[in-house]
Amino acid sequence: MRKKALNEVTLEFPSRSSNEGFARAAVACFSAQMDPTLNELEDIKTAVSEAVTNAIVHAYPDSIGKVLVKGRICPGNVLELTVKDRGRGIADVDKAREPMFTTGGEERSGMGFTIMESFMDKLSVRSVPGRGTTVVMRKKLAPRMNGSK
Amino acid sequence: MELQVKCADQNLLLELSGELDHHGAQNALREVEQAIDAALPRKLVLDMSGVTFMDSSGIALILRAQQRMQLLDGSLLVCNVPLQAKRVLDAAGIGRLVTIR
Repeated sequence: MRKKALNEVTLEFPSRSSNEGFARAAVACFSAQMDPTLNELEDIKTAVSEAVTNAIVHAYPDSIGKVLVKGRICPGNVLELTVKDRGRGIADVDKAREPMFTTGGEERSGMGFTIMESFMDKLSVRSVPGRGTTVVMRKKLAPRMNGSK
Repeated sequence: MELQVKCADQNLLLELSGELDHHGAQNALREVEQAIDAALPRKLVLDMSGVTFMDSSGIALILRAQQRMQLLDGSLLVCNVPLQAKRVLDAAGIGRLVTIR
């Protein structure tokens, strides 16, 4: 069974690219209560940016849809982030996760999932074509002694 | 995302500043291409010192600039990369494809 979160937040916004910065900043603010290091905070912001950009670019290529971002602080100093859309979905998730693979043209590098994997501890992607995609990422933050580190 | 263009002796210096995410990169990508096409430089330097945040959208921009410079038989140097952006480039192994200093 899923562990109970110590605290959680849910954000929902339209898939406009101007919300990429908002999502990063909001998640960074929420995770600040875990007292992350600067590097950890940057890792979290980068991973959020990649997942939200995927939803904006790929889930809703020709329309504006809803993007849901959920942050949960779990026991053991673990941050769990869920980015969910109800867009187009991904036909082949394994292929999409390969480095340099993209359907986004020259504006995209195909490195989004690689960066999420590298900056977070765990990444799971569930997708149903025509129904949407859910990305769940987890990162354990280093334990800190009352801000003394 | 802002772009400062400086050009001298077939060298083109582009100073990027601000947040280089998908939102910011959309215009930056076009501006970089236009600056290269206008100057037709032998050497392009992308100065990243003003970049406050970068994700994989920045990788696409750098690779695009690299392609453009290869077509011109020129070279690309990416310099003054802040730590967060450097870690993104390292995670993607971009140092193997592009000269970063």
